[in-house]
Amino acid sequence: MTAIPTNRTAIDSPTPAVTSDRELPRRNYLNAAYGLRSWLLTRDHKRIAILYLISVTTFFFLGGFFALLIRLELLTPEGDLVGPDTYNKLFTMHGIVMVFFFLIPAIPAVLGNFLVPLMIGAKDLAFPKINLGSWYVYNLGAAFTLWSIVHGGVDTGWTFYTPFSTTYSNTYVISAALGIFITGFSSIMTGLNFIVTIHRLRAPGMTWFRMPLFLWSMYATSLIMVLGTPVIAITLVMVAAERVLHLGLFDPAYGGDPILFQHLFWFYSHPAVYIMILPAMGIESELIAAFARRQVVGYKVVAFASVAIAVLGFLVWGHHMFVTGQSMYAATVFSVLSMVVAIPSAVKVFNWTATLYEGSISWSTPMLYALGFIGLFTIGGLTGVMLATLGFDVHVHDTYFIVAHFHYIMVGGTIMAYLGGMHYWWPKITGRLYPQFLSRLAALLIFVGFNLTFFPQFILGYLGMPRRYWSYPPEFQVLNVLSTAGASILGVGYVIPMCYFLWSMRYGKKAGANPWGAVGLEWETESPPPTANFDVTPVVTHGPYEYGPRPALAAKEAGVV
Amino acid sequence: MAEHIAPKKTYILVWAALMVLTLVTIGVAQLNLGPFNDVVALAVAVTKALLVILFFMHVKDSSRLTRLTVVAGFFWLAILIGITLTDYLSRPTVDKLRAVPPAGQLHLLGESRQAQPGNPNPTGRR
Amino acid sequence: MSSHHSALAHHFDSLEQQREASTFGMWVFLVTEIMFFGGLFTAYVVYRLQYQAAFAEASNSLLTWAGSVNTVVLICSSLTMAMAVRSAQVDKRKAIVVFLLLTILLGGVFLGIKAFEYYSEFKEHHYPGANFQFEGADPQHAEMFFSIYFCMTGLHALHMIIGMSLLGVLLVQSWKGRFNSQYHNPLECMGLYWHFVDIVWIFLLPLLYLFGANLHHGG
Repeated sequence: MTAIPTNRTAIDSPTPAVTSDRELPRRNYLNAAYGLRSWLLTRDHKRIAILYLISVTTFFFLGGFFALLIRLELLTPEGDLVGPDTYNKLFTMHGIVMVFFFLIPAIPAVLGNFLVPLMIGAKDLAFPKINLGSWYVYNLGAAFTLWSIVHGGVDTGWTFYTPFSTTYSNTYVISAALGIFITGFSSIMTGLNFIVTIHRLRAPGMTWFRMPLFLWSMYATSLIMVLGTPVIAITLVMVAAERVLHLGLFDPAYGGDPILFQHLFWFYSHPAVYIMILPAMGIESELIAAFARRQVVGYKVVAFASVAIAVLGFLVWGHHMFVTGQSMYAATVFSVLSMVVAIPSAVKVFNWTATLYEGSISWSTPMLYALGFIGLFTIGGLTGVMLATLGFDVHVHDTYFIVAHFHYIMVGGTIMAYLGGMHYWWPKITGRLYPQFLSRLAALLIFVGFNLTFFPQFILGYLGMPRRYWSYPPEFQVLNVLSTAGASILGVGYVIPMCYFLWSMRYGKKAGANPWGAVGLEWETESPPPTANFDVTPVVTHGPYEYGPRPALAAKEAGVV
Repeated sequence: MAEHIAPKKTYILVWAALMVLTLVTIGVAQLNLGPFNDVVALAVAVTKALLVILFFMHVKDSSRLTRLTVVAGFFWLAILIGITLTDYLSRPTVDKLRAVPPAGQLHLLGESRQAQPGNPNPTGRR
Repeated sequence: MSSHHSALAHHFDSLEQQREASTFGMWVFLVTEIMFFGGLFTAYVVYRLQYQAAFAEASNSLLTWAGSVNTVVLICSSLTMAMAVRSAQVDKRKAIVVFLLLTILLGGVFLGIKAFEYYSEFKEHHYPGANFQFEGADPQHAEMFFSIYFCMTGLHALHMIIGMSLLGVLLVQSWKGRFNSQYHNPLECMGLYWHFVDIVWIFLLPLLYLFGANLHHGG
């Protein structure tokens, strides 16, 4: 086992001195082979992660572009930038692109693909060809959806509610639905791969409870992907069948029930939000452990909480349907269960916070994102419990309160964690460091921009501004202007890391195997890792976060404090 | 883990059982047993499925993980259908409890006077 | 010491580990298939509860003999599939080929009967859409039954077609002697898939074909 350094690494000092004068490893996965074919036909999980990185980043900025247009339109109360049908298309495309082509795949397919074999001590995932296949399937689905966008888009909302999507909408519903259907299989393939890998390819000595919490999160996420995605797949097929073949499955004229669509849709789409947040929580555990330099408090509890969230998340979908006309009895049951599902998430927040206590905190960029995550996810989560309360939700359903709630979780939660993870593992992925000042500035801009964008939306929603409306009463304008201003800052904040990450690939300082002094199998191999990950199969003899004695605790025990 | 090779006889017997059960289910369906028709049909189908799963798909000799996976799959299907049914099965009950009046006499909360047919401004907003 | 079998992938330590991983992976995939068909089963349950009479009447108009014969055919094909895998376990190359061939042929018989059913249903205008006609008390809800019937049997038939294509590939590989007692993962996984498709049909028979049958007898 390599010695764990207890002093701070050179990254954190204000004037970085010499970090590593080692060369980049001679043969690593990046330079193992050259040429387009070696990338497009690769079986290496690390290269596939990079391929996904390119895809999801592209779609992130496409989704962001639609968000920009939405916020521009909402600068003024009148609908003056675009027409109402176009506005419907803007929020639909923003939702579809962000949810299905960024938030669901990003952390699993980029960081998960890269890290799962490394953290588990394996040479690759269980099914490398299926892994590569999943990227092609993603792009095929993306192609269908892009086709829809180019030909004028879809205006049903990302939720595709019937009967509008089946009967009345004149837009390219089928190709968009097919695109999502196909991309769903990419998700299933990834999840299947992770489940089998985690069960069957762990290194000798790597018991379940010696796995890093990121792996527990990826496992729980994969369970959801495998169990939930097929249902939205068949549901979208039914919508397409109704549109094309006039089958009347959700059409009241034939006895169909539009609410059945919503049941089937949300059966997946609610667990989908846990697909989006569980990996982020996994990253959070890694960041907190590394930058407080201690074992995550209550490791087993956090591990079980991940699986609990995955399972309980399947029981609560009706809280999206409180005002649809479903049975009040079912609604109350869903309401109670929705409050129960918040408990494991809250437990995790307590555990992360407790880990910070008496930790040896370092204010690196990933840590800034991790701290931001705790605060913003808590706000998002608490407002979630408010929305689980049936009596409250009926007033704020379909208002900006909901919009603010889920953006706090998805942007303030998932994207913050994703960026934190990218900043943490970037040196491992590329072997390069990035400028600390710029990265901290970007993190700050993102935090400020995010809150300025979405906090006013809580107030707007509470005051009654409906969502998915192209115009609004003039009294809401000030808050909307604040929100758009925040969005601009947020946008700038997102562009900056793109720039310095790209810059670092050529000009960044070499990182060395373990620039953060962290504990984990991924840090025990070179940066960037060789294609086979480890020169010798690691044998695991200790738990995942053995950081050694804590300075604060040691001082207490010595009677110094 | 050594692979278990089932004797040919086992497969033939399972096949024969499946055939018999198929005849049973077709036969019972011709009789009128009221609600028990569905019960028998499902019971027979589940038995047949179990025979295929345990013997043809070798689950009888498989690891605990495989068995857990099979159970999980059907359990999740049960969640999907079961919880969806909590909506549909309780709708008549809830409607009765709320004593929903016929459509023409519905009064919206706080707008009873305004929501009359012929009122050009039913919601009271300008 | 791991045997450097030509089929052993580099990231696995042994054929045994590879076999376990691939079988487990196949089971996880079958779980996704359970949920995939599950959406249609949900729609069936919900609508049948609401429109019992119309569904029963519509179900009666299906060709029960065809559904029953198809059930027998599929069960036989499951037997031949299981025997194919067993033949690999005991190193009987020719038997693998024979049993796979029989499985494909039986699958073909199934699809042929299904095609005949669809043809006769088209002829009677029981196909949902503008030309739908149904002589019964409640044609609108009967049409819902037929929508679900065509979706479920259509999806099932699609799975059969995919299965038969895969069986064809495995048939060629078996003929070339690729499978033996040491290595026959793909056959095992194919077997799992094929048995799953059989199980779906085992449920479709009573749910689609049989439940209205007793109406003839004073029900």
